[in-house]
Amino acid sequence: MNPSSWIKANLFNSPVNSLLTVLALALLGQVVPPLVDWAVVRASWGPGDPETCRRAGGACWTLLTEKHRLMLFGVYPYDQHWRPLLAMALFVALLAVSANRRFWRPWLGGAWLLTVVVIGILMWGGVLGLVPVETSQWGGLPLTLVIAVLAIAMAFPFSILLALGRRSELPAIKALSVGYIELVRGVPLVSVLFMASVMFPLFLPEGITIDKVLRALVGMTLFTAAYLAEAVRGGLQAIPKGQFEAADALGLSYWQGMRLIVLPQALRLVIPPIVNQFITCFKDTSLVTIVGLYDLLAATKAALNDPGWRPFFVEGYLAAAAVYFCFCFFMSRYSQWLERELAKGTR
Amino acid sequence: MTSPSQPIIELRDVNKWFGAFHVLKDVTLEVAKGERVVVCGPSGSGKSTMIRCINRLEEHQGGRIVVDGVELADDVKAIEAVRRRVGMVFQSFNLFPHLTVLENLTLAPVRVAGVAPKDAEATAMALLERVRIPEQAGKFPGQLSGGQQQRVAIARALCLKPAVMLFDEPTSALDPEMVGEVLDVMSGLAAEGMTMICVTHEMGFARAVADTMVFMDEGRIVEVAPPAQFFDHPANERTKRFLGKIIGH
Ligand SMILES: Nc1ncnc2c1ncn2[C@@H]1O[C@H](COP(=O)(O)OP(=O)(O)OP(=O)(O)O)[C@@H](O)[C@H]1O
Ligand SMILES: [Mg+2]
Repeated sequence: MNPSSWIKANLFNSPVNSLLTVLALALLGQVVPPLVDWAVVRASWGPGDPETCRRAGGACWTLLTEKHRLMLFGVYPYDQHWRPLLAMALFVALLAVSANRRFWRPWLGGAWLLTVVVIGILMWGGVLGLVPVETSQWGGLPLTLVIAVLAIAMAFPFSILLALGRRSELPAIKALSVGYIELVRGVPLVSVLFMASVMFPLFLPEGITIDKVLRALVGMTLFTAAYLAEAVRGGLQAIPKGQFEAADALGLSYWQGMRLIVLPQALRLVIPPIVNQFITCFKDTSLVTIVGLYDLLAATKAALNDPGWRPFFVEGYLAAAAVYFCFCFFMSRYSQWLERELAKGTR
Repeated sequence: MTSPSQPIIELRDVNKWFGAFHVLKDVTLEVAKGERVVVCGPSGSGKSTMIRCINRLEEHQGGRIVVDGVELADDVKAIEAVRRRVGMVFQSFNLFPHLTVLENLTLAPVRVAGVAPKDAEATAMALLERVRIPEQAGKFPGQLSGGQQQRVAIARALCLKPAVMLFDEPTSALDPEMVGEVLDVMSGLAAEGMTMICVTHEMGFARAVADTMVFMDEGRIVEVAPPAQFFDHPANERTKRFLGKIIGH
């Protein structure tokens, strides 16, 4: 189809659509030129100081040139930034490998464990000649990734157990699962994080402290698992009774039936709500700031604390938003692809 | 485990309730090795419930059920052992839609019986030959016709080399033109001496294949007889009425 007939068929195919097209074009004409003017034409690029930006009058991308390391890595010792950078690269590589269906083999669990240990060594240091870095100095994107990825990775299997527990015929297990899910869903994440970071240590014996990052991680995991469990349960409920019976009739044990027959079908059905919860969890990591951790958003805020740069907070937050968006958009696209991939052949 | 004289399946005074509803009332039945039993009776008379008790998809509350020398009680291992010896074919096929036909067939042998995958595949292919659909091995169940799916389901139930096959109305969910192909496979099995209990209303099949007819009504076994006697001289009034209804039209 040539361009002019495409335009006719899609934009001017009825009076109402023609009107809408014209209105949309007018709106774009109002918005786009000033935006380009601000973001590109009058923007200030490259190194400089707040004065450079003020003189340019447009977007201050200079802020990012000057402050990106603070925004990305928080207060992690400056000369050690290669360590969190490498840790992030490892995370991304791990996620890329896990995204591929061909690698869904038992060894992948081992690969996760190994990568997490290596990342831990990189971030903490104290061995192999690496300078030790307290977790209180961790920050920025690596911290966001550590909390989000590990919370999701731990919450997912836990949520499956909770969902199965909620459908269990054993009254004690059922009551425990229901109680847990309802309790956690009934309180805001902020209070779960507070509980994990303030209340929890009070119950520990004198002298034993649990790391702050670990506490936030546990809080996020417990919270996310309760929501995920309900998504998983939705999938379990959609599996016809005949599937359970066929698995039983073949002599499969409860766990074999679940693992080989029921869960593969159930989880496939609830990929969208599960990924939804992953995305929520990823963004909710920005709440760990209330227990004194400097995640990506908090580190961005810290970078903007500098009085000279403060007027350019829009550029700072835009950059942080872009990073969040990249990860969340990837998850969303991946879930769509996975749904199609898993539906191949069946039905 | 069983001596030749002992029945391979024995139900003695089996009682079962769904809540307050008494579904099975003092059901007693013995099935010998190689015997072919066809169960019929009106809807809701407890036929499905009875055969589902034999592999413990339903739990009975009174009486004894012994299968191949193992009594069904609360012991989970014993139940799993019995299920490996008993194949079951359902009205609604219940194939695993996320696995290929071949994977449906090899799953239990590999995971439950510990057969090497290669051997399990060879057995599975031989069984698919036998139900005459070897060319469908790589397809998913959703891509097959109802008759083909039910034949796959029969092959799947045979994969563990069961001593007994249970059929719960295997042709009721099929379009009429596919009933024949499934009954053919079942007749073939019967001819090879497989012990079978079939719930079915296919009376032609029953007459041709059954050694014993069982008629159930309101949770009781009302009449047990060889097919010739059962069809031509039923002893019980209710049997007569039932046969009149289903053969009449
Ligand atoms: N899980 C259950 N809970 C409560 N009642 C049930 C349950 N399963 C079956 N029943 C009832 O038990 C009775 C016997 O059911 P069953 O399925 O054994 O009958 P059937 O002889 O196989 O009938 P049909 O020819 O319709 O398949 C029916 O009245 C049915 O409503
Ligand atoms: Mg029935």
